[in-house]
Amino acid sequence: MTTDHAADIDRHVRVYITVFIALMVLTIVTVAISRFHLPVHIAVTIALLVAIVKGSLVAGYFMHLVSEKKLIYAVLLVTVAFFIALMALPVLTVHNGYWIH
Amino acid sequence: MSQPGAVAAPTAHGAHEPHHEALGFWRHYVFSTDHKVIGIQYGITGLLFLFFGFSLMMLMRWQLAYPGAALPLLGGLFGEVRMPGGSMNPDFYNELGAMHGTIMVFLGVVPLAVGGFGNFVVPLQIGAPDMAFPRLNMMSYQAFFLGGLTMLASFFVPGGAAQGGWTAYTPLAILQGTGQTMWLFGMIFLIASSLLGAINFIATIIQLRAKGLTFMRFPFFVWAQFVTAFLLLLAFPPLQAAAVMQLMDRLAGTSFFLPSGLVVSGQVLQVAGGGNPLLWQHLFWFLAHPEVYVLILPAMGIVAEIVANNTRKPLWGYRSMVYSLVFLGFMSFIVWAHHMFMTGMGTAMAAFFQTTTMIISIPSVVILTALIISLWGGSIRFNTPMLFAVGFLPMFGIGGLTGLPLGLNVADIPLHDTYYVIAHFHYVVAPGTIFALFAGIYYWYPKATGRKMNETLGKIHFFGSFVCMNVVFMPMFIMGLAGVSRRLYDGGATYDFAQPVLHLNVVSSWGAWIMALFQLPFIFNFFWSIWKGQKVDGNPWQSTTIEWAAPSPPPHGNFVTAPTAYRGPYEYSVPGAARDFLPQTEA
Amino acid sequence: MDIPYTVQARPDTGLTNGKIAIWLFLASEVMLFGALFASYILIRTGAPSWPRGDTILNVPLATFNTIVLISSSVTMVMAWASLMRNRFGTFRIYMGATILLGGVFLVVKYFEYSHKFHDDLFPRTNNFLAIYFTLTGLHMLHVLGGMAVNAYLWGPGAKLWKTNPEWFRNRVEHSGLFWHFVDLVWIFLFPTLYLL
Repeated sequence: MTTDHAADIDRHVRVYITVFIALMVLTIVTVAISRFHLPVHIAVTIALLVAIVKGSLVAGYFMHLVSEKKLIYAVLLVTVAFFIALMALPVLTVHNGYWIH
Repeated sequence: MSQPGAVAAPTAHGAHEPHHEALGFWRHYVFSTDHKVIGIQYGITGLLFLFFGFSLMMLMRWQLAYPGAALPLLGGLFGEVRMPGGSMNPDFYNELGAMHGTIMVFLGVVPLAVGGFGNFVVPLQIGAPDMAFPRLNMMSYQAFFLGGLTMLASFFVPGGAAQGGWTAYTPLAILQGTGQTMWLFGMIFLIASSLLGAINFIATIIQLRAKGLTFMRFPFFVWAQFVTAFLLLLAFPPLQAAAVMQLMDRLAGTSFFLPSGLVVSGQVLQVAGGGNPLLWQHLFWFLAHPEVYVLILPAMGIVAEIVANNTRKPLWGYRSMVYSLVFLGFMSFIVWAHHMFMTGMGTAMAAFFQTTTMIISIPSVVILTALIISLWGGSIRFNTPMLFAVGFLPMFGIGGLTGLPLGLNVADIPLHDTYYVIAHFHYVVAPGTIFALFAGIYYWYPKATGRKMNETLGKIHFFGSFVCMNVVFMPMFIMGLAGVSRRLYDGGATYDFAQPVLHLNVVSSWGAWIMALFQLPFIFNFFWSIWKGQKVDGNPWQSTTIEWAAPSPPPHGNFVTAPTAYRGPYEYSVPGAARDFLPQTEA
Repeated sequence: MDIPYTVQARPDTGLTNGKIAIWLFLASEVMLFGALFASYILIRTGAPSWPRGDTILNVPLATFNTIVLISSSVTMVMAWASLMRNRFGTFRIYMGATILLGGVFLVVKYFEYSHKFHDDLFPRTNNFLAIYFTLTGLHMLHVLGGMAVNAYLWGPGAKLWKTNPEWFRNRVEHSGLFWHFVDLVWIFLFPTLYLL
């Protein structure tokens, strides 16, 4: 990174601007969709998907995760696994398999 | 500044680090950023809290052995509220119980095992000059100290310290006095301390290891601390969040954990309701299960080091042990609801958690078995560290095996919340972890002080403690199987079915009080040896690992020249070698 | 005593100590906010009824705030890119913009909160508000923290650029990572609380 030439940074900056525009568009999209007052399950799924796309853009390009080292990926992968466990297991346990009937 | 690839030349002081000879008493001993000083600070503070927590239990054991009887001599010390007429108020019993657990786990064992041994030994064992972030290290200790002070201060507020168990289950914890608020703030400080420490450990181990020290050449102790740090890093934050939420329920009137329609003393509680007490349990146990592996992993690491050193042979199955450690760490995050089998979960989720719990026992068994097999064919030296390390093995075996019925949800039904549970976890943590910690103290004391502790006193300490531990905890299995619940201030005296086993309370109590007597030789030895212990050189145990290549005690910066690792950590009794050990750093 | 790999990356890992540390810290923050999201899920699925976000909260204001925060993320990464191009003056401008936008976010939140309090809506009123205030409150604390570090790097901390530019670049990068994370959390917070 420290030996990047000016041209490299220019390329990066073009990416940042593109991502910025994408994020703006997706923000408008997610607010617009919410106006339709879709059934909760569908609304949640769509909102989550849009958020994941937006989040991935921020993480991938602003936080440079697309070009990060393997070690960082490993730590984050493990974290995501536990995050999912924390999201899913309590509600499954308390509501006796909320989504399993 | 540092050149890429260069390991710090420890004798050159950076422009931003004051020359250490010029450091006054406060910078040198109190506000130090040196990992060795911080390690000793954690160690001594941890030991003090261990003995304090033990004292709380000794008080409880009087009430359990002789319910309602006035405590001679000491009874008057606790005031008329806590011990009216010298006899224990049940609320005081609960206060002692909750704080005994909290202090032993969060202020005693973990600070000693991770903060103490981790900080002191890990940088030395990887050939580093210090931790990656020395100032952050100092702040971690200070946050821990603040948390400890907060916990101690909670005894002196109206209503006393927390009384709802170390588990602080809601809604009870929300309804209790100020002591519980202080417990929550104390936990917030302690968790912050652990998080900062975990970051430091992981960064240090990955980045500051010596040239030639690949991951599979790490001493097992370093691997253990590495995995432990990840457990702390990722499991503690949910409890941090939960503590804040419980504080909000207590102070801001929210109902995160308060269900609707809760009636307290005949009145309906005036809160919004709609909360879930089980939410607290999930968030608490999400931390508290990995926490128990935080309690045992450093201990296994210590035992591994001492076993290899005192059998004069490499650890058997090092690779399997390492893989088991990593697998164990991962699995520990998805077993937690085995602490909640009795909360009304359906059979599907009970089966899930039961299955993951059974699976997690496998890596534990692999590690224990490898340690036991490591003894086979060894030239065993039964010095004090080795006695404690070998003593750990069957004790952890009993603790671990007795966990199995608890992890099977049907068998857990009669055993849940009984003395069986208390016996199970104390076996793992008391003659388990604490024995390993004692072993570590006897083993690394010469590195820290330049002197050995006295062997005779050490042996008295070991044999006395070993017998007493079993006298205290073995009867509890029987009491639990008989159905005696835990957290009863009279030890089950009012229950018919408990009558045939009540006398075991007396046995356990005397075991505990006599065990206290056997700690005296240790305490005396610990201080006496600083001045009168046998002086030693850098490597009194003829060990292979890198910490023994540094002087005893090591100077600021640790190594005279930056070490390079040439081989694995346990090259003992190598055929054809001149001595029965080949140090890792010897060219 | 110098700690190695503070400024230069260690060759085999390709990382500096600070880079690993900030990502580890962010991992722990994922679990922290994760616990609150998990709590939201548990409480909401257990509730007999749950208000849709836009019936209680101000969506236009929060949408504006979302745009503000995303913009601040762009200015943050541009601040770092300016340092990579050795343009200290431009760095100052972008970093200043980041701090300013953070301030705007906080001001909007101040109005949001005071409106709620004025309408007698507090965390204790119901669980929707309890989780709303807790999640956004914790997020706000992180915005404040990030702004404090950014302000330090904009102001007194900027001296390091003269003596050790690479170390300063790293610090800005690490602070940027934290700031982007704060933006990331809001990207999930916003639809969860306001739109669903």
